Amino acid sequence: MKALSVKNGACVALIDIPLLSYDDFYAEIVEALSDINLHCVNYFAYPQSDSLRLYACLADDAQGDIHILSCEVKKEAQLPAISAKVHAMERFERELNENHGLRFLDHPWMKPVRYAHDRADKTQVMDNYPFYSIKGENLHEVGVGPIHAGIIEPGHFRFICDGEKVLHLEIHLGYQHRDVEKLMLQKDKLIQRSLLAESTAGDTAVGHGTAFAMLWESLCGVEVSKRTQLERTLAAEIERIAIHTGDLSALCGDVAYQLGNAVFGRLRTPIINFMQEWCGNRLGKGCIRPGHSPYVFTPALADRLQVVLQAYERDYLEMIAKTLTMPSVLARFERTGVLSREQAVEIGAVGMAARASELARDIRSSHPYLAYPLLHHESITRRHGDVYSRTQIRRYEIVQSMTYARQLAQQLKNMPLEDNARPEMKPQANCFSIMLTEGWRGEICHCAITDAEGKLACYKIKDPSFHNWMALALAVRGNEISDFPICNKSFNLSYCGHDL
Amino acid sequence: MLDTLKILLHQGKQYIPDVTKAKVPGIFRGRPVISEDKSADNQSICDVCPTHALFEKEGKLQLDLGRCAFCGECERCFPNKIHFTQDYKLATNKRENLIVTEGEDKPIVFDKSAVRPEIKKLFGKSLKLRQVSAAGDNSGEWELGATGNVNFDMGRFGFEFVASPRHADGVVITGPISENMARALDICYEATPDPKIVVLAGTDAISGGIFADSPALDRHFLDEHDTDLYLPGNPAHPLTIINGLLALSGRK
Ligand code: SF4
Repeated sequence: MKALSVKNGACVALIDIPLLSYDDFYAEIVEALSDINLHCVNYFAYPQSDSLRLYACLADDAQGDIHILSCEVKKEAQLPAISAKVHAMERFERELNENHGLRFLDHPWMKPVRYAHDRADKTQVMDNYPFYSIKGENLHEVGVGPIHAGIIEPGHFRFICDGEKVLHLEIHLGYQHRDVEKLMLQKDKLIQRSLLAESTAGDTAVGHGTAFAMLWESLCGVEVSKRTQLERTLAAEIERIAIHTGDLSALCGDVAYQLGNAVFGRLRTPIINFMQEWCGNRLGKGCIRPGHSPYVFTPALADRLQVVLQAYERDYLEMIAKTLTMPSVLARFERTGVLSREQAVEIGAVGMAARASELARDIRSSHPYLAYPLLHHESITRRHGDVYSRTQIRRYEIVQSMTYARQLAQQLKNMPLEDNARPEMKPQANCFSIMLTEGWRGEICHCAITDAEGKLACYKIKDPSFHNWMALALAVRGNEISDFPICNKSFNLSYCGHDL
Repeated sequence: MLDTLKILLHQGKQYIPDVTKAKVPGIFRGRPVISEDKSADNQSICDVCPTHALFEKEGKLQLDLGRCAFCGECERCFPNKIHFTQDYKLATNKRENLIVTEGEDKPIVFDKSAVRPEIKKLFGKSLKLRQVSAAGDNSGEWELGATGNVNFDMGRFGFEFVASPRHADGVVITGPISENMARALDICYEATPDPKIVVLAGTDAISGGIFADSPALDRHFLDEHDTDLYLPGNPAHPLTIINGLLALSGRK
C-alpha cells in the first residue's frame, strides 16, 4: 500500500507521507477498506494557498498500524466519491464538501453535516435542510427537535412513518457547532487548547482531553512518566463506569422502571464525586493536561477508590441482575433497535455500539496506548445489536473497568510520588501527528499538522458519534416510533462532539 | 418482590437532608479567595488565564466568576495568591456580584431586593423550567439532570424541568449559544408564557467561556432579555443550581 504506516500516537515528518494522485489515492483507499480489519479513522483537508491537501488515516485493527496517505486536489474540484464504493466514507466526504467546497460527483447522500460557520456555501442554511421524503397515502412525517423533551442537547429528527412504524429516520445536526477546530488554531495558550479539547464533548472530558494531551506530547517529543500514564488510564476507566451507569439509569427511565432509574442514577454519584475528590471536577475536567499530571493520584485516593468501588459494586451487581430479569424491561429491550453486523460494518460503526453488533472495534485492544498493553484488554462483544445487547455491553464493561480501576489504583499506590512540574513543550516543525483513544462511546481521533515554525496549522477532531449517528438512524427502522427514545438512549451519542 | 424490597433496604436513605449546608467531598473549585500576597505581579497572573477572567482594577486583582472556566490554572501557578474554596454558593442575580476582589473573603451576594415581585409571588412554591442547551458541551446538561436524582432531589422544593416551554415558568440556558441554535432559543422563549425567568447555567452560558470569541456564536438573546439568575461553574454544580433557585424563589 502506498502509505506511511505508523503506530497510534506517532508524530511523523509531513514530507514522509506519500503524496498520490487522486486516482491512486481513491484506488488505494477503496482497495484497503475492502479488508474488514481496516477502517478509516480520519479523512480531512489541510488547505494550501490554492489547493487542498487531503489526508486519509486508515487503521488496521489486526496489525495495530495506521496507514496515512495523501493527495492534492484543486479547491472546488469535482471528484469521484469514495463513498460510492465504501459507504462508511460518506460523512467524511460530506464534511469535505461542506467545509471546502469539494464536489463528489457520485456521492450517494450529499447533505450538509453541521452547517459549519465557515462552510463553503453560505446559501445552505439550517432552516432548509434537504430532508429525504417518500410519497404515499399511508405515510406521515414526524419532526422532533431541535429542543427535546428532556435535558439533552439539540438535534432534529425527522421520521417517515407508516402508522406507528418508522420507515426512515433522518438526523439533522449542527445546532451545537462552536467551531472548536478553528479555535484550536487561534488560541495559542496550551491551557486554552486543553479546555477546548475537554469541552469538545464535556461528557468525555477525559477521553478527548487525553487524545489532545498525547497528541501534543507526540508533537513536542515529550514522554510522560509511567505514573502519569497509569493515572490517565484510571481516569478513562472511571469515566466509563460513571457514564455507563448513568446510561443504565436513563434506559430504565425510558421503560418506566423506576427502581432501576433511581438506583443507577444514585450509583453514578459516588463515582463522579470521586473524580471531584481527585481533580476538583465531577466530570474530570482539569484531570488531564499535556506533559504531566496536574492532580497526583495519592495513596490516600487509592484507598478511597477501593472503598468507593466496593460499596458501588455490591449495589450495582444486585441492581443490574434484578433489572435484567424484569419481564417488563426485557420485553422493551430485546429485539428493539437492531443494528446488524453487516450494517455496522457498512457504515463504519465504532466503539460500544459496534461491539454490541459483534464488531470488535476497540482502540484499547487494537491500537493500545497508555497502560492498556499491560492490562491486555480484551473487548466485550455481543451478537444481536439490539438495545439489550448495548445494555449488556455496558453491564459487563462496568465490571471490567472496575477490575482495571482496582489494579491501577493498587499499582499507583505502590509507586513513588512525583513532583508534577511541567516540561517545556514546543511542537516540532512540519509534522503530522495522530492520536486515537477509546472513550466510553468509542474511538476518538485527533490529528494535527504543524507549519515550518512549529505552529499548529491544522487540527482535526473526530468523535465516535461522527460514525455512529447513522447507526441510530438505521437501528430505528421498522420499530415503533414510541421506541425511539430507548433506541436513542441505548446509543447515547454526542451532539456537540459531532457538531464541533 | 422480595429482592426489590432488599434493594430498597440496601439503598436506605440517599437524599441530602439539607442542601444549604451539605459539604462537597475532596477538592472542589468553588468560590475563589484572592490573597494580598505580592510576590508575583498581577499582569503575569492575569496572563495565565485562558478565558480572561482575571484582571487588575485599582491595583487589586479581580476574578470574574462569569468568565472563569474553573480550570485551576491560576491556583496551580500562584498558590499563594489564589485559592478555590469549597463554597458552592456562587449563584446571584446580578452580574457584577460575580466579581471576586483581592483581599475580600466573603460570600457571593444574592440581591433579594432586585427580584421582580411577581417571581416570588408566583414561583415561590413551584417553579417549572424548560432547559435549552445552546451549544452546551453536555456537562452542564448532566448536572442540571443530576439535580433531579435521588441524591439532590430538587423536586422536593417544587423545582422541576418540564418537557414543553408552554408548561414552563422560564428557561435555563446552557452553552455559549451557537448561531445555529439562536433562533430555536428565541422561539422557545417566546413559547413560554409570561411572566418568565431566564437562568444562565455555567460559564459558557454566562460569558461564552472558552468559546467567547468564536465567530460561530450568536448571543443576541442576551442583549434582548434580562437574566434573573447566574449559575457559575464549568459545569455548575447541582448544589450551586439548587441554592441559586432557592434564593431566586425567596425560599432561603
Ligand atoms: S481558574 Fe478561572 S480564573 Fe483561574 S485561570 Fe482558570 S479560568 Fe482563569
